[in-house]
Amino acid sequence: MHTLSIKKQIKGLRAKEFSASEITSHYLSRINEYNPKINAFITTHPDASLEIANGIEISKKSNPLLGIPIAHKDIFCTQEVRTTCGSKMLENFISPYDATIVEKISQAGAISLGKTNMDEFAMGSSNETSFYGCCLNPWDLSKVPGGSSGGSAAAVAARLTPIATATDTGGSIRQPAAFCGVTGLKPTYGRISRYGMIAFASSLDQAGFIAPSAEDIAYFLDVASGYDPKDSTSLNEKVDITTEEMTNLPKNITIGLAESELTEHTDPRILQKLEDAIKVFTSIGIKVTTVTLPHSKFAIPTYYVVAPAEASSNLSRFDGIRFGYQTNQPKNINELYEKTRSEGFGSEVKRRILIGTYVLSAGYYDAYYVKAQKIRRLIANDYKEAFDKVDLILSPTAPNLPFSIGEKSDDPISMYHNDSYTVGANLAGLPGISFPVGFVDSLPVGAQLIGNHLSEKLLLQVTHAFQNKSDHHLAIPKEFEG
Amino acid sequence: MNWETVIGLEIHAQLNTKSKIFSASSTEYGAKPNTQASLVDLGYPGVLPVLNQKVIDYAVKFGLATNCEISSETIFSRKNYFYPDLPKGYQISQLDQPIVHSGYVDIEINGGPKRIRITRAHLEEDAGKSMHNNETHSSYIDLNRAGVPLLEIVSEPDMSNAKEAIEYMKYIHLLVRYLGICDGNLQEGSFRCDANVSIRRPGDNLGTRTEIKNLNSFRFIEKAINYEVDRQIELIESGSIIKQETRLYDDENGITRSMRSKEESNDYRYFPDPDLLPITISKEFIDSIKSKLPELPNAKNNRFINDLKLSEDDAKRLIENPQLSIFFEDTARLTKKANSNQVSNWIIGKISSMLNEKNIAIDEFKLSSQKLAQIIDKVCDGTLSQNLGSKLIELAYDSEQDIEAIISEKSLSQISDLNAINKIIDKVLASNAEQIQEYKAGNQKIIGYLIGQTMKLSGGKVNPNTAKELLHKKLG
Repeated sequence: MHTLSIKKQIKGLRAKEFSASEITSHYLSRINEYNPKINAFITTHPDASLEIANGIEISKKSNPLLGIPIAHKDIFCTQEVRTTCGSKMLENFISPYDATIVEKISQAGAISLGKTNMDEFAMGSSNETSFYGCCLNPWDLSKVPGGSSGGSAAAVAARLTPIATATDTGGSIRQPAAFCGVTGLKPTYGRISRYGMIAFASSLDQAGFIAPSAEDIAYFLDVASGYDPKDSTSLNEKVDITTEEMTNLPKNITIGLAESELTEHTDPRILQKLEDAIKVFTSIGIKVTTVTLPHSKFAIPTYYVVAPAEASSNLSRFDGIRFGYQTNQPKNINELYEKTRSEGFGSEVKRRILIGTYVLSAGYYDAYYVKAQKIRRLIANDYKEAFDKVDLILSPTAPNLPFSIGEKSDDPISMYHNDSYTVGANLAGLPGISFPVGFVDSLPVGAQLIGNHLSEKLLLQVTHAFQNKSDHHLAIPKEFEG
Repeated sequence: MNWETVIGLEIHAQLNTKSKIFSASSTEYGAKPNTQASLVDLGYPGVLPVLNQKVIDYAVKFGLATNCEISSETIFSRKNYFYPDLPKGYQISQLDQPIVHSGYVDIEINGGPKRIRITRAHLEEDAGKSMHNNETHSSYIDLNRAGVPLLEIVSEPDMSNAKEAIEYMKYIHLLVRYLGICDGNLQEGSFRCDANVSIRRPGDNLGTRTEIKNLNSFRFIEKAINYEVDRQIELIESGSIIKQETRLYDDENGITRSMRSKEESNDYRYFPDPDLLPITISKEFIDSIKSKLPELPNAKNNRFINDLKLSEDDAKRLIENPQLSIFFEDTARLTKKANSNQVSNWIIGKISSMLNEKNIAIDEFKLSSQKLAQIIDKVCDGTLSQNLGSKLIELAYDSEQDIEAIISEKSLSQISDLNAINKIIDKVLASNAEQIQEYKAGNQKIIGYLIGQTMKLSGGKVNPNTAKELLHKKLG
């Protein structure tokens, strides 16, 4: 069952080849068996999942997603089980409400299997900052799965769930999707409501999905997107893509290969895989040319001013007073704050709060925050100009292959450069997709397509067309095949 | 030595919207602690603010009434600091691009106008309340107030003494109530202010200022400013310098105390709130608010004096209470025989004293302006004496009956039959022989006593002028 696409799972459920209970039990038993190897889930709730599945009666008129299992990144608030955000700070936090995306998906009838592992407060590119232990890469258990949505990507790669929600602030959907050999879509900023998604950097945060294929994602994207009165930054646009349209690739598509200094710092074997991918695109009638993004080398420094600035403010609410971790026996209010936050946050989170506090401080604000906002506009302009010439922009998803656990944890700058190719889309609010384009040393390689605002449909169609001509996305790591 | 005082005020007016500025919780005052605090107000993980559109209307109204420029684009910013009653660890406020700015109001000082410039007025959310119990060494937090909308009105340092500061604050207090954007309740904290005070030699640059926080009564403002000015003069004259600091007014001892120095003050790390999009304010929107703007207190005051011929004092007393001035005008419009002055006498006299007795506001007063107009007309045409009119107001209050019915049921109308009145007067004279003697001896003033007796005997139904006339006739 776990080798079936969501399309086939829907068919199977309708044809009564298997029931919602059966498919749910199947995934739950896989989680039981394989999760201890990779630590992709922080919390599961098998009894509740099964209870919902047992109550499902599927007919021809049911919502297509009725009975399809899904996992949620542990950044989305759920009433069912705790929401930890990968942090000790929220170890026992049970949200009194469901995030809009969780609510929409459960209203469509999908069954939640549990909450996936992540870097603490989504700050990290390796999943190593999780308070609940690192999640491991199913393709090589000595490697990281990427981050911050490492748990979602690893769970999908090991087929412990057909699909998972994830979030992307600087590459947190696309980079782990690339590292785990699966497909990850970060939609346009505002496409999916942020309500109930614990904020990291509000102007960059975007929810999306990780699944084996673009087609799998298409089924869920439409359901999850749209205006939410509880989120003023959400867009009043549905993706509105039907399965028939998935195969309707528009004519005269041009993809621009991004040329920048970043390629010099990229593993040449990854660039080779990108060349192979270009051949596939050409073979299906897509024109490939080149585009330049002159300011892309500033994307990382810009991102590491804007994101920590917003994070330092967003994380102020974790003060030990109303919810979450609280230190023991503080002597006074300042000690309550200091100890709660020193004990409750991990070191990467503290580092970013410090950076953010610094760049917003009197005397530094103009030099850092204001300047970063200016560069952000220049970066967005680069994309705008590029989209006058091409429909989509192609690049590697990450400059390197999945690295070993511990390899970069003492070198934050090198860790931050993992996001070199991905942060631009966040800074400009654009949609991007990462999809598998092959393997190097038995480790997956991902390529990224970035589209213009609201071009998710085209991104999915093009990726789907590619995936019709390739089978990288169908590969399952050996240890998890059974 | 001559000292000049320089004062600027920051007034916080709570906007009287039904729900909070960024959540749907009620803003009603006095509810049980934390019963009006939603997840948004509590700053729970994952929640987001959504702007209550009403506050934009209100702020624009205020801006138009104070000759301010309205920003075509306004943004919200986060003011970051830690405090237990500030749930998110930041307050959503405005720094750059406040909703309205660069305006002024003209107030009256010593019979002449004085212009006070308004630097800006911006929107922000209120914080919650901390309460400390020193016996149990516990602190309690009530977040009902967290997220209640505030308009912070910042003036230029244009006031030169406590009296001017109070006049300015009173005018703004009146204005927000005329605009219907704030209930102006000082006790409940819906209207409070911080005062920036400094002194200088005439002609010098501005001196170092201190900020006195959270003044919530006109009396306190006066005392606090005067105390602070004296303190500063004393310091400088004794060779010390003024430290820039925030001070608190201690009303028990009538002094200001240092709360925190400039060095101890927070670096608020303001930056635009990414959860809220910039708000565009169109000319059409401003025009639509402008067209609905009520008559402002200064204009109304002039009209009352010039058109309705009210005395300055009467006009002022009516203007001070926006609802009462509306009630007055409604009543005046409905009367057929009385003039504005007569109506204003009734409102300022009888009606105001009833409001005081009942301790209610005019909108809770249970006598319509229609009925009051009818009663006043009856007094004017002589059907009722002043006293009977007054009595009838009380009888008609809270009654469903119409005025005529009450008059006839309680047989209140004045006796107009001269024979009947003569009979009463005869009775009075028969039992007051002594007074008659006095009258005849030349003490004409005793007539007043006799009129009183006539009124008493008739139950107030004789027109006192008629009684006087008849008494003079009989005795003369």
